[in-house]
Amino acid sequence: MKALYSLFLVLALAAAALVGAGASGMQSLFGIVIPYLAVACFVFGFSWRVVCWAQSPVPFRIPTTCGQQSSLPWIKQSKVENPSSTLGVIVRMAFEVLLFRSLFRNTQMDVHQGPRVTYSSSKWLWLGGLAFHYSFLVIFIRHMRLFTEPVPAFFGLFEAVDGMLQIGAPTLYITDLVFVVAVTYLFLRRVVVPQIRYISLVADYFPLFLLLGVGLSGIFMRYFAKTDIVAVKELTMGLVTFNPVIPAGIGATFYVHLFLVSVLLIYFPLSKLMHMGGVFLSPTRNLRADSRSFRHVNPWKFENVHYHTYDEYEDEFREKMIEAGLPVDKEGEQNV
Amino acid sequence: MSNLPTPEELAKVDHNPPSKDWMDVPVDIKDGRYCYPSNPASVEYVGLPNARKWDPLAEDWKLPENWQEIILNGMRERLDKYRSFKVFMDVCVRCGACADKCHYFIGSGDPKNMPVLRAELLRSVYRGEFTKAGRILGRFAGGRKLTAEVLKEWWYYFFQCSECRRCSVFCPYGIDTAEITIMGRELLNLVGLNIDWIATPVANCYRTGNHLGIQPHAFKDMLEFFCEDIEEITGILPEPSFNEKDADILFITPSGDVFADPGTYTCMGYLMLFEYLKREYGLKVTWSTYASEGGNFGFFTSHETMKRLNSKMYMEADRLGAKWILGGECGHMWRVIHQYMDTLNGPDFQSPNMEVPVNPITGTRFENAASTKMVHIAEFTADLIKHGKLNLDPSRNDNINLTWHDSCNPARGMGLLDEPRYVAKSVVNKFTEMPVGTIREQTFCCGGGAGLNAGENDELRMMGGMPRANAVKYVHDRNGVNMLGCVCAIDRAVLPNLMQYWVPEVDVCGLHELVANALVFPGEGERETDLRGEPLPGKEEE
Repeated sequence: MKALYSLFLVLALAAAALVGAGASGMQSLFGIVIPYLAVACFVFGFSWRVVCWAQSPVPFRIPTTCGQQSSLPWIKQSKVENPSSTLGVIVRMAFEVLLFRSLFRNTQMDVHQGPRVTYSSSKWLWLGGLAFHYSFLVIFIRHMRLFTEPVPAFFGLFEAVDGMLQIGAPTLYITDLVFVVAVTYLFLRRVVVPQIRYISLVADYFPLFLLLGVGLSGIFMRYFAKTDIVAVKELTMGLVTFNPVIPAGIGATFYVHLFLVSVLLIYFPLSKLMHMGGVFLSPTRNLRADSRSFRHVNPWKFENVHYHTYDEYEDEFREKMIEAGLPVDKEGEQNV
Repeated sequence: MSNLPTPEELAKVDHNPPSKDWMDVPVDIKDGRYCYPSNPASVEYVGLPNARKWDPLAEDWKLPENWQEIILNGMRERLDKYRSFKVFMDVCVRCGACADKCHYFIGSGDPKNMPVLRAELLRSVYRGEFTKAGRILGRFAGGRKLTAEVLKEWWYYFFQCSECRRCSVFCPYGIDTAEITIMGRELLNLVGLNIDWIATPVANCYRTGNHLGIQPHAFKDMLEFFCEDIEEITGILPEPSFNEKDADILFITPSGDVFADPGTYTCMGYLMLFEYLKREYGLKVTWSTYASEGGNFGFFTSHETMKRLNSKMYMEADRLGAKWILGGECGHMWRVIHQYMDTLNGPDFQSPNMEVPVNPITGTRFENAASTKMVHIAEFTADLIKHGKLNLDPSRNDNINLTWHDSCNPARGMGLLDEPRYVAKSVVNKFTEMPVGTIREQTFCCGGGAGLNAGENDELRMMGGMPRANAVKYVHDRNGVNMLGCVCAIDRAVLPNLMQYWVPEVDVCGLHELVANALVFPGEGERETDLRGEPLPGKEEE
């Protein structure tokens, strides 16, 4: 049900662009106003969210230690999984952000007869996640040729490598394929695996359909509708140089693509997609695990805390303590 | 344990969730899976809110009239004070990697025991009450309002999490359910929803210095009773110091080890080790009756309660003039010491006269404890053994085929993995590891951590302990393992029942019980039995 809602929502968005920019001729709205608005929402929204997080302090040093601590010099420390140095933290974070280290640990639990519980390596989610994120990144970088003039060689390199299979005309990009397959996998596991289906919300399906919509509309434009790329570049360059124009001859599919990207940008800061920023701020990963050797200072204080002092304790138990031969601080004062 | 199903029945776990949406499945508080509510006297003693008698199975939980306001304000305050809480409320993508990592989910199949869903119980309210999208779109945006029904669900499931952090090892964003549960329990405490297995130890600890409520004279008596036992077995009579002012080191360990088997044997181990070091090297260690608890059930109540109980360690070290503190074998105690203590109480209570811990016998400076000034006894003993300062005869432990249970908190909140292994392998000849994926940072909880080792929730404990027990059974069947070693007092209380239920052939021990069995005192006569009174290898016939 939640998946269907999300699908209809994305289809409705696509239809809105199709009708709006196609039949109703509101190209300026969909080609200029909304994209500007979307980028603004994304930049401000993203920054706002990160600033909000950063405003909450980190009162305690709570890394999840995933390896041997630094203790005696002859015991080999796991310098990345239980980092006591800043370099260790940087490497740990790099592994986490660039290679999805924690997800790489993933296991699949099964209960067999006996009972016998087994934990086998399960790398599919890691692979699917990595494939999706990296293909998306490459596609993003490839698109930079639409926003630069002259196009730096760096972007051309990405295109060349991505299209090295040299299949079809225009050449098939590997990442286009990987992107669609990966997003489809991420969607399918949500509907097929009962536990994952159970925890999934509309907010989980919607971005997947949105991404798929972005991908498919792009693919349709490139391989099938053969959109006038020169006209598109005129539009995109107009946007980045703040001289927006609506060139003639751009098909409606382009506006669908652009509108879905705009929706993605607007939706991004409001949603779980913010994990992109959040992963850097996670206190269980981004702190040194050295709180016994260096004092971590909590910026706020506990107010009006009551303690039970030794004096109060001795006052209550002094007689019994003396009788048991335990040393006391105030020998002379017997309990009254 | 009268209503407890047989292991065969309990092992039939269905991991498939119901067809209804989880928000539409009302909470069903099941016998055997919840702990009794707190005794009002205990709540009152430490000045926590809303002390009263209440019944989880009753409709009315006797909440304060403005309970919603209290909880929502509490949430707001914590979102502003803890980045962990705020980030963890926002960034989960519900990928499900954590789902089958929780021992309570593996053992119970209850979908709300999947870490992701346990967090969603709180997160849905966060979305429904604190985010615009959730406030406007409600369920469609995954938001819920805070109702009495939701609060009951919180109470039920936040006391089915042992804050073991296993899920956080696998989470791509490091979301730590322990952190969520800690916040959840803090909020519940604001309206007087606690369990007695936590609240009464907290009150006891506040008053008498330890969870069990042992008063000073009794504490001394109990330890002296162990000393007599030790004399009977080894011919050596330890003479421990209590509340001594000129000692080098203050020793603090969980009171559970003073109280119940098999922790008592570990406690005897400490007494023997310190006696040995006193006789051989003149080391002066003192016990304290005021700070007679290493564990900290305040940690399972609120950060503030944790601070109040923990403060005694530094206050007592200051009063006695100890140079540094040595800590015994305990799990969450070490999470608190390693990650909280110096921040919580260092500025307020750590005496400037304390020194960076140095082992006076080996000269080793414990740089890793330079600021907190508290050393784990496994680190201390490993250092002694490495420097050849202990005369050990591991063959005395030859009846033991040991496997090692990494206790959750020292593993994932500290990284104490190889120190206890080094010590264990120095005093035991037969050592077998459990399968990868069940040890070290991926170790499983005993099923009763974070204050859940009550009697009435036995079903939950046996379910939650199933993954641990199953791995033990594996090495028992294959390798003949008959002893499960650990460095945690809760483990020593929980695991014997768990083993009895799932793998009755395996016994449980602490590290320093093994050390003491192997420790050869100068001029000592031949021992016939180990600390449990069981004949030593080769002495069975006599």
